[in-house]
Formats: sequence, structure tokens, C-alpha cells
Amino acid sequence: MNTVITKILWALAYLIFAPLIGGLLEGMDRKISARMQRRVGPPLLQPFYDVGKLLHKQTISVTKSQSFLMLSYLFFMMITGVMFFIGTDILMCMFVLSTAAMFLYFAATVTSSPYSTIGASRELIQIMAYEPAVLLTCVGFYVVRKTFEVGSIIKADDSAIRYLPGVFVAFVFVLTIKMRKSPFDISTSHHPNQEVIKGVTAELGAKNLAYFQITEWYENVILMGIIGLFIINRNPISIPIAIVVVLAVYFLEILIDNCSARMKYTKMLFLAWTVTLIASGCNIWLLMMILGD
Amino acid sequence: MYNMKRSPWVMHYDGSSCNGCDIEVLACLTPVYDAERFGIINTGDPMQADILLITGGINSQNAPVVKQIYEQMPRPKVVCAIGVCACTGGIFKDCYNIKGGADTVIPVDIYVPGCAARPQSIIDGIVKAIDLFQKRLEEHAAMVAEKKEA
Repeated sequence: MNTVITKILWALAYLIFAPLIGGLLEGMDRKISARMQRRVGPPLLQPFYDVGKLLHKQTISVTKSQSFLMLSYLFFMMITGVMFFIGTDILMCMFVLSTAAMFLYFAATVTSSPYSTIGASRELIQIMAYEPAVLLTCVGFYVVRKTFEVGSIIKADDSAIRYLPGVFVAFVFVLTIKMRKSPFDISTSHHPNQEVIKGVTAELGAKNLAYFQITEWYENVILMGIIGLFIINRNPISIPIAIVVVLAVYFLEILIDNCSARMKYTKMLFLAWTVTLIASGCNIWLLMMILGD
Repeated sequence: MYNMKRSPWVMHYDGSSCNGCDIEVLACLTPVYDAERFGIINTGDPMQADILLITGGINSQNAPVVKQIYEQMPRPKVVCAIGVCACTGGIFKDCYNIKGGADTVIPVDIYVPGCAARPQSIIDGIVKAIDLFQKRLEEHAAMVAEKKEA
């Protein structure tokens, strides 16, 4: 009974605090990016101001299904996060996450706008690029812990990163693709006057764009949670260490974002798969050889 | 009423400008002037824009484009004409292909004169536009409420 209540509390905590944490992370992101470019930058709470404004604007949508699809994207992202933070199967979480991504794809293609359609097909290529690394991460956890349950993975005696350094490197690499940051922001450009305008988000205005932003916050918290999963173990000291590692990884992403230009998708596929195969694949193969079944 | 002043997203359209004003508009976003500290983002998408900045005069080719961009922007919205060409047609006023300033096709709220308009005056114009943007929200909210009642 007690575990059920803890699980409900975790789920509620995720639903309430994830957008706040995600928004603050994005605010920090924009502030740090600005400082890296020697600008003052927007206030820390700017992402919240933006979403607040978007919710108050007139909604113009090309098709009515767009709002429904965006809400489904948000809903499935919430489900993924809740499943992850109450400690269920990590593999299942990743499959639900892919389902969420499909709704974004549909929301972008129903408009039949050339920009968002190109963005959507690029989004599919991005999914293709990062999915092997994400799945291998789940497999890596299984090889080390003999379970896919997040709840059991964090109860081990030592951190998973000791056995999975290569998997960690591959996951951080594809994180750049998943967070749509430069050099892999090929599906949605964060800067104007580029060839796909805003990519998948080109036809999202007002309310729909606000849903997209909030979903991104939820997603970032899940991704940072997976980074934390590499560190957290039975010892409570591992939790502050995990937070430090998460912030360091986020900072690394901002740094990469600010000092690289966008790549072509072929190069992204090649790089992502090479890094996944070499770092993650070899890591798991060696582990399987050593641990032996 | 919700405070929208903190997040004005601008969209920049180049009519038949000589590019002088365009470069000054982009200069506002560089580290020297850093318009992003007011929450201003230069977006390329009319569906996400709040303030439309037009540079250059209107000719018969770009008139429908400007009209379409204006119609694609969701309410509340504000239009800023940057530079003397966008205000009146400027030096090109008497050309056979020029219709005149941006106000010949869409309603313009703020006029920022200059050839080319300086970044300081552009930012000043945008700040004036932001106040108007907040007022437009109130009008928009009243309009929505009226529709609901009817």
C-alpha cells in the first residue's frame, strides 16, 4: 500500500514540477547562450512569459485536428514521464516516447505546408538516428542490472556508469539530436531566415506552439532523468552527484549548440550510428563477454 | 489583464528596400544592442509573430505578400514601418512601380523614420509597439467576450 502512495506522489510531483524545472532549464539555457555570445540575454523566466503570451493569443490553425494531435503529443510525453518516474519498465517508456514523437510528426504533416512537411520528414530521420542509441541504453541497463525496471536499477550498490561509460557517451551524443540542438537541429531551426523557417513548428501558432514548448520541457526532464539513472544508486549521496552530472551534461549541450553550425542529415545519421556502434555497442559486447551468461 | 509586454516576437519583412534598414534591424539583435533582453525574438514565421517590421516601399509585386503575411498573424498584432521608404515610399516614391509606404496595403501603427533608421530608433519604435501590443490584447479579449455573448 505504501509503495502505491509513493508512486502516486512521484507521478504527481513529475506532472507538477517537470514543466517548472524544464522551463527554468530553458531559461538558464537562453541566459547562458546569451552570455556565451557576450549579450545580456533575456530574464530567467522568459520561457514562462513566452508560453503565457502564446496561450493568450488568437489561435489560427490550418486544420482542426492539429490541436488534438499536439495535445496527444503532450499527453503521451506526460505518460512517458510518469511511467519513468514511478519506476516502471524503461524499455516501455522509450516506446511510449516514440509514440509521442509520432504525434508531432502527424501534427506537422496534416497542415500540408511545405516547410513543416520537410521539417516532419527530417524529424523522422532524427528519430532514426537516435533510436538505436536509446534502445542500446535500455539494453545496457538490462545487461548490468538484469532488469528493465527503473525502480530496481536505482537500488543497486554502485552506479551504472561504472559499467556503461561507452553507453553514457553515446546517449549524451544523441541527446543533442533529441533536444534538437545545433549541429543537429535539422528538423526545427531555432533561428529565423533559414531554409525550413521553423521546420516542424512552422504551422504551429499561439496555443499549439505553447503545447509544443511545454512538451519539450516535459521531455527534457525525462532525458535528464535518464542521465541521472546512470549515476543514482542505493547511497543517497549519489543523488546530489547525479544532479551535478545532469547540469554538467546540460551545460555541455549548450556549449555544443553555441559553437557548431548545422549539419546535413546524412552526416548526422553517419555520426550518430558510428558513435552508437563503437561506444555503446562495444561497451555492451565487452560487458556481455566479461559478465557472461 | 495578462501582461504580454514581456514577450514580443517580431517578424521582419523586406519590401523593396535597399537593405540598409534590414541590416539595421538585424543590428538590433547583435550583442551591441541585444534586443533579446526585452524578450524580443526575431521569428521567421508569421503564425508566431506579434510585431511585423516592414522595411522598404510597397510595389505591385510584394503588395499581396505583405497582405498575406499580415493576415496570417494572429491577433493581437502591431505593424511597424521601419525607414522612410516603408513610411512614405521615400526616395522611390515617384517610381512607376512603387505604390508608396506600407500603409497603402495594411494598417501601420508605428512609423520609424530615417534613412537608414538607426538601431536606437528602431528599438524605440519596437518599445512603443510593445505598449500598443498590450492595448491590442485588451481589445482582442473584449472582442472574444463579445462574440461569446452573441
